[in-house]
Amino acid sequence: MTRAQAEPRTELLLALADDELILGWRNSEWTGIAPFLEEDVAFSSIAQNEIGHARALYELAARELGGDADSIAFDRRPEEYRCAPLVQLQLVPDWARTIARHVLYETADAIRVEALKDHEDAELAGIAAKIEREEVYHRLHAEMWLERLRSEPRYVEAVEELWPYALGVLDADLRPALAERVGRDEVEAVERTAPGEEFAALWAEMTMVRRSAPVGAQW
Amino acid sequence: MIWEVFRQERKGQPFVHGGSFHAPDQAFADAYAREFYARRQESVALWVVPRDAIHPIEEFPDEFDLKYRRVDGYSIKARLKEARARAGATEPADAEAPAQPASERT
Amino acid sequence: MTAREQEFLEYVQGGGLVETDDWMPDEYRARLIKFIEMHGNSELMGVLPERDWILRAPTLQRKLALTAKIQDEVGHCQLIYRVVEDLGKPRERCLDDLIAGKSKFHNVFHYPTKSWGDVGVIAWLVDAAAIISQKALLKCSYAPYARVMKKVCWEESFHILHGRDTVLAMVTGTAEQRELVQEALNRWWEPLMHFHGTPIPADEDPMVQWRIKSQGNEEARQQFLEGYVPQIRELGLEIPDPKLRRGEDGVWTYAEPDWDKLVAVVTGHGPASQERLAFRRLSRAEVDWVSKVVLAEAA
Repeated sequence: MTRAQAEPRTELLLALADDELILGWRNSEWTGIAPFLEEDVAFSSIAQNEIGHARALYELAARELGGDADSIAFDRRPEEYRCAPLVQLQLVPDWARTIARHVLYETADAIRVEALKDHEDAELAGIAAKIEREEVYHRLHAEMWLERLRSEPRYVEAVEELWPYALGVLDADLRPALAERVGRDEVEAVERTAPGEEFAALWAEMTMVRRSAPVGAQW
Repeated sequence: MIWEVFRQERKGQPFVHGGSFHAPDQAFADAYAREFYARRQESVALWVVPRDAIHPIEEFPDEFDLKYRRVDGYSIKARLKEARARAGATEPADAEAPAQPASERT
Repeated sequence: MTAREQEFLEYVQGGGLVETDDWMPDEYRARLIKFIEMHGNSELMGVLPERDWILRAPTLQRKLALTAKIQDEVGHCQLIYRVVEDLGKPRERCLDDLIAGKSKFHNVFHYPTKSWGDVGVIAWLVDAAAIISQKALLKCSYAPYARVMKKVCWEESFHILHGRDTVLAMVTGTAEQRELVQEALNRWWEPLMHFHGTPIPADEDPMVQWRIKSQGNEEARQQFLEGYVPQIRELGLEIPDPKLRRGEDGVWTYAEPDWDKLVAVVTGHGPASQERLAFRRLSRAEVDWVSKVVLAEAA
């Protein structure tokens, strides 16, 4: 698959899909080791939903780029991924930072997805509507944890640390809305850039089985 | 806190006890109930209640044999036989036919 | 045995069921707790061999299916520990005893996983072996456990299918993929033969006498062989036991497993036992503060 200048819509799709894939990947690092059993099950569903969203978006991108959802999800070079720095951070085993990311990301994503529901591309708008309906439950989950952790010093610190990253999830024009919803001042965002070393390590693990067989092998 | 979940498999079915889990409050309990009893769309409705709200009762007095309130409190065979004999009936009426109210008999 | 205990024994042997608040002999309660706790421990420890492979799954579909399978297992652990709690042992104490090495978990979870071949073989054959035991537990005299087993069996029905599908994709793929499966099967065969336990006759097994278990160990193993050896062989895979054969009477004979090794494994001397327990200990310590903040009461 060539990396010729892709259409803005495809770039948008890839950024959104990559965010959901990598966040789902990071969230599934909690499988089996979440703070208690009930939460382990709940958090796993959130991770699965995110990967499900990524899959739907990659399928749409495949129409433009060729291949299929799996080839776009896994067969690109690390530097071709478009995910935001926020989702790349490895936060296990820190639950406070994990929840801080969860709260911030869900708020940012809600803003982004709301805007996408009005996209001229009916299919993308349709997927956005579905994502939004599912993410209602993610937000409820984030809020219930926020209620419990909001006065914990480690949580407060985590939000402080991750706030610039959260802003970087959104395009500049949507950041004021995020600042308003979260109740913080806008600061300099950690912008999307070509992914670096930490991501390359994630990519190596994520694709190690797939790369062990020739491209096109079935699994 | 421990919470108990009752689930309805299909509309019209009774709510049946599903199981229990730990959660600190209703918000968590609702989230976990969804996960444990509906993430596969296996329930159409759930009731989520604190265990403390449930009062178990397991003893029921039955001292004076009040079985007139149950079907097994009635044995009509002997009397029915005598009544038919007196009426000279040659064949028993269909035991399954429901009794007609007097107002509807022609 | 007291007269009351004898009466209870006859009651359960006659098919009688026991609920949480019923009177029960101390021995019955103690055996129940130990057995059910081991089951809960196993579901929890069973997550560890598999969880790394979620991150490495070669397609989105496999990633989702494997995540869902492991999620089910965590959920089963939750359900099973709840049963133990209602019998009198708090979940936190179960976890304490597990990571201190004082309680046991099934042999199969003491082994490392090495490749995607293991992922398929475990989901297919280890889960198959487990389901045989779990179906027998549907008849457990202790009703709360039997009810949980019903939900567990229903949920696990897709695990075996996912496992078999994963294996099928590989055996119909490249020669290297096929070899991954064969190599994994070679390593997992002994643990699978150990899985159902020593061939103690059912009428000598106190667990059967109390009707906690309704199936002897050898009966379970025979069921596994009868069901799955043909399925394995029809894929052209070789089972690494030259003595394995089915007699005309339908009974499978096989090379005698090393039962001492089984004992060594379940007492914490398996190839991955200590590493797994250390991992559990560490991860629990790191998130301990959350339970204290959120689940204010201990249990």
